[in-house]
Amino acid sequence: MRINISRAKIKDDFVAKVEKISGQNLLACYQCGKCSAGCPAVSEMDILPNQIIRYAQLSLKDELLKSKSIWICASCLTCNSRCPKGINIAEVIEAIRLILLRKRQDHLRVEKLTDEQKENLPPIALISSMRKFTS
Amino acid sequence: MKISYYPGCTLKNNAKNFEDSTLCSLKHLGVEVEELPRWNCCGTVFSFATDDLIHHVAPIRNLIRVKESDSDKVMTLCAMCYNTLKRANNRVKNDPDSLEKINNFMDREEVEYTGDVKILHLLELLRDEIKFENLAKKVVKPLKNLKVANYYGCLLVRPKEIGFDDLENPVILENLTAVLGAEPIDFPYKTECCSAYQTVDKPEVVAERTYHILTSAQEQGAEVMAVSCPLCAFNLDHRQKDTLRKYPEFKNVPVLYFTQLIALALGCAVEDLRLDLHYVDPKPVLKEKGLI
Ligand code: SF4
Ligand code: SF4
Repeated sequence: MRINISRAKIKDDFVAKVEKISGQNLLACYQCGKCSAGCPAVSEMDILPNQIIRYAQLSLKDELLKSKSIWICASCLTCNSRCPKGINIAEVIEAIRLILLRKRQDHLRVEKLTDEQKENLPPIALISSMRKFTS
Repeated sequence: MKISYYPGCTLKNNAKNFEDSTLCSLKHLGVEVEELPRWNCCGTVFSFATDDLIHHVAPIRNLIRVKESDSDKVMTLCAMCYNTLKRANNRVKNDPDSLEKINNFMDREEVEYTGDVKILHLLELLRDEIKFENLAKKVVKPLKNLKVANYYGCLLVRPKEIGFDDLENPVILENLTAVLGAEPIDFPYKTECCSAYQTVDKPEVVAERTYHILTSAQEQGAEVMAVSCPLCAFNLDHRQKDTLRKYPEFKNVPVLYFTQLIALALGCAVEDLRLDLHYVDPKPVLKEKGLI
């Protein structure tokens, strides 16, 4: 994959927005990789948790907004609890999701769930999925 | 002892086995349980965003119900409700500005919330208030020779601010199952996420995770798995159907709530366990051990 880094991009308000919504200081990350080492979802991810932080520092907005990883993360908080710099990676990922969800770009299409799915899934599954993946 | 109780939605549906077994066990332990009046869904997940207050209204409204029932303490069973209620409470307790906004939003509530309700998980109540040694005295049917893998998942232990045990190596469930006379089994996936709500649109991811979590426990000799979260229970039990499709050599493992184990040991009737709500039938192994 070809990635372009530029000063103009870094000055884009995306970085500030992610930091504000997540309450995290992205530059605190020194790329040790511990978050990705413990993440149970990496085999399904296209951008790993430590890379998400690096991409966010560099404001690689397009790559992050279309990544699969933000919808694979289940907010299990293993990364947060192990980061030696105290960064809440799950909060950063949630902020990226919210940037899309707040433009009503839902990930879960509730109207597409079949009657069978709605009947078999417990309320706790449906509600949490809607909370995390719809606006 | 009397305690206010917040059930949450799933305990009244798919996880009725969790609720019934708890109520029977607490009755045997002399605890009077009072379900909160007019409780509402807590939202199931805590919102992480700094600027998102609306999603904290639901959990805080439940804490107002606790105050209205003249209590300042509430017990929950579901790991997700516990996490959400406790984190929302911490947020408003530590941030007067959020608290004020949320109270203003709910200006028709008679109680102005101040952040002073204590949220307890049943496991804490058992360990710290009832105490395991007193529970041990009430055991009439020790779960002899039953090898139990105790699965914590995520939200009972993380983040640190809400957990009541070690983050990486919690042992409260092992200590509890040992008190019940069972044999707790150690296995490396006890705090590994089951994929949670991914079960709605990516059941294949859950089936894969279920495979790894359950086979790792089986390799250590586990005969059943004990859980404390209705979403983990659904994923680890009901998704075994998908796991089996992907891995034909996979051997099913019954998944039980830890409270069903307590209820068994305390001599509750088998009807209180609601074993009909399981996908993988726990009856054969319980019969084999002479427990039902
Ligand atoms: S664990 Fe923390 S410091 Fe290390 S790469 Fe991940 S976010 Fe950065
Ligand atoms: S919270 Fe998300 S990124 Fe972090 S370890 Fe869990 S699944 Fe991976």
